[in-house]
Amino acid sequence: MASRVKFENSCEVGVFARLTNAYCLVPAGAASQGFYSVLEGELAGAVPVVRTSVAGTRIVGRLCVGNKRGLLLPHTATDQEIQHLRNSLPDEVVVKCVDERLSALGNCIACNDHVALTHPDLDKETEEVISDVLGVEVFRQTIAGNILVGSYCTFTNKGGLVHPQTSVEDLDELSTLLQVPMVAGTVNRGSEVVSAGMAVNDWTAFCGSDTTATEVSVVESVFRLRDPRAGALGSVQDFFTSGAGLLPEPRQKTRLC
Amino acid sequence: MMPGSAPAAGGAGMFVPAATAGTVLCCMCGVSMQPNPANMCARCLRSRVDITEGVPRHAAVVYCPDCSSYLQPPRSWLRATPESPELMQILLRRINRPLARLRVSLSGAEFVFSEPHSKRLRLKLRLRREVLHGIVLEQTHPVEFVVHDRLCDSCSRAQANPDQWVAVVQLRQHVPHRRTFLYLEQLLLKHGQASLAIRVAAAPGGLDFFFGSRSHAARLVDFLATVAPIQTSTAKQLVSHDTKSSVYNYKYTFSVEICPICREDLIALSPQASRDMGGLGPLVLCVKVTNAIALLDPLTLRVHHLEEKKYRVYNFKAALTSKQLVEYIVLDIEQESPEISIDGSRYQLAYAQVARVSDFGKNDTIFTVRTHLGHLLNPGDHALGYDLYGANLNDDDMDTAMARYSLPEVVLVKKSYEKRPRTRRWKLKRLPVEEDAANKAKGEEERRLDEYEAFLRDLELDPEMRFKMDLYKNEDYRSEMASTVGDDIPTVPIDELLEDLTLGEDEEDEGEEAVEGNTSAGMVE
Repeated sequence: MASRVKFENSCEVGVFARLTNAYCLVPAGAASQGFYSVLEGELAGAVPVVRTSVAGTRIVGRLCVGNKRGLLLPHTATDQEIQHLRNSLPDEVVVKCVDERLSALGNCIACNDHVALTHPDLDKETEEVISDVLGVEVFRQTIAGNILVGSYCTFTNKGGLVHPQTSVEDLDELSTLLQVPMVAGTVNRGSEVVSAGMAVNDWTAFCGSDTTATEVSVVESVFRLRDPRAGALGSVQDFFTSGAGLLPEPRQKTRLC
Repeated sequence: MMPGSAPAAGGAGMFVPAATAGTVLCCMCGVSMQPNPANMCARCLRSRVDITEGVPRHAAVVYCPDCSSYLQPPRSWLRATPESPELMQILLRRINRPLARLRVSLSGAEFVFSEPHSKRLRLKLRLRREVLHGIVLEQTHPVEFVVHDRLCDSCSRAQANPDQWVAVVQLRQHVPHRRTFLYLEQLLLKHGQASLAIRVAAAPGGLDFFFGSRSHAARLVDFLATVAPIQTSTAKQLVSHDTKSSVYNYKYTFSVEICPICREDLIALSPQASRDMGGLGPLVLCVKVTNAIALLDPLTLRVHHLEEKKYRVYNFKAALTSKQLVEYIVLDIEQESPEISIDGSRYQLAYAQVARVSDFGKNDTIFTVRTHLGHLLNPGDHALGYDLYGANLNDDDMDTAMARYSLPEVVLVKKSYEKRPRTRRWKLKRLPVEEDAANKAKGEEERRLDEYEAFLRDLELDPEMRFKMDLYKNEDYRSEMASTVGDDIPTVPIDELLEDLTLGEDEEDEGEEAVEGNTSAGMVE
């Protein structure tokens, strides 16, 4: 299920929230109770929803990155925040601070539980930390000519959404790398910063409230959030054969770098 | 999936990966489309944003039905035909400001036909405007202009009073005939000086020229000063004024008076005038009038040119004028000196024995006089002259001269020819002069025709005068029998005549026709 939410009159919910298969981080503060209640209502019992700040700011989703195995925080994060997160998150989630010049990790790194795409200029050490902590293969990538891969693409273990101007060849390459179906699309009524406009994990998605029904249906299709019963908007297979998305091909043995 | 591949590499030897543009779903309607900055299909964009919002659909334009021109605010009026580029320009300027304010650019405009008397003008505009994230939308936009009729300033002034004049030139000469004006009329026609006049009206003792502007009138006065001895005085009358903007409207009057001395006038000079001119006269004939008066002493063949300013000092009058010429018959002629030429005119001093035609056969009154027409006159010829012997003179200077000198009894002025009604192979143009019907005396019309006929006859005699004006070929002229035309009667050589401009049978002919009609009316013989 994909829900439409708003954080304090802003539709860029991916900026403020970080959602993974093991936890959900939301900014602290009482200003947007509606946002919390929707998230908690949706995620209650499945994953903990942790209220925190990162480096004293509320743009949690842009500053940190993580998956079910770990959470990476920028070097600007305070010790208290790190301690708070270690206390709040499940024990198996490793919380680690990365000493990286590009401190907005959420904009530079996109990952699921197996693969991470990173900004091409990221340090070698950071790359090692990413692969150690998150347990993923790391690929340096660009999306439609943009180096901020964390902003312009978002993907889970089920599927992924990228910048609308991604060429067919790039889309092909990405879906081969990630071994999930990828689709070019938009959120928030035509916004191309797809990662900023939504927070998604394997079973649920939160989009900005400007997102149109078409965009929600694309999100639900590509992230396979639909109910098992056949939806009114057609099956995933129909969606991909219509030409808008790409199904993955078997990954080649040789490593692509 | 879109077939095709990326364009060829930019740099030589560089690997450029193929980039096939993919398709995304329109975020509103879900139709598959090329990605654009708004990620919305054109139809959804158009339905969401109206680029013509705020652009006026109705406007008004002011039209002058009289001169078919349109008002270009604030004050200028531009002439434009229907559906012309000029009209388009005027209309677009009316809606230019809202377009600029909304940052809408115009990529095209065309007229949509509308009935002329619907008082509507329709334009179909193509507007272009940037919407979300640098997407430019283009849309057609109809605009309807309501045409309001209003007379423009000049037309409304003309409508209120078609011959509203600003300046008038009152040309006067206080003489009993109109010869001078017939002559000046031809000069004005030749030099096109009166073409700017709104109206030319006959007035007692002269003509009135009405002008729409002071400078036009001043131009006429300047011209007159070069061709006639005139004295000018000007006056102006305040019609209206606006003290706030310091605008004053005047009516200007130029009062132009021509010296009352005409060609062929006999003048008795006062002793002082005679002395100042080196003992000229005292009996002199005026032989030529330009901006100076040429005075000829017929007894000594001396010519003196008197400027207008000098004339005002003496301010003499003519003792006898051409109306009082008497016809004589030349009985005998005796050359006294060889033929001489002064200022292009030829004279020869001679003694002539003449008798009045009226006396001929009744009595034997014969006069022996000196004359300057020795080269023209032969025994048996007729001549016109002033009869001082029988004249009833009323002139102080003449009395003085008579007391001091022994004056001749006859002063011959010119040779006369047989007066026979005949048609001429040439004609003159006339100014459209408005005659005042109210003060037309009995026999006035006849007198005018006589004067005009005399003027035409003078022209035939005087090639120098003909040279100053335009003579046109008379289409109606039919050659008379050679026997009916006297061989000695001077005529105008055909090479001096001009072909008149006659236009075809279209509507532009009307003006010409009116002038023609006037001419022929003046030439009834």
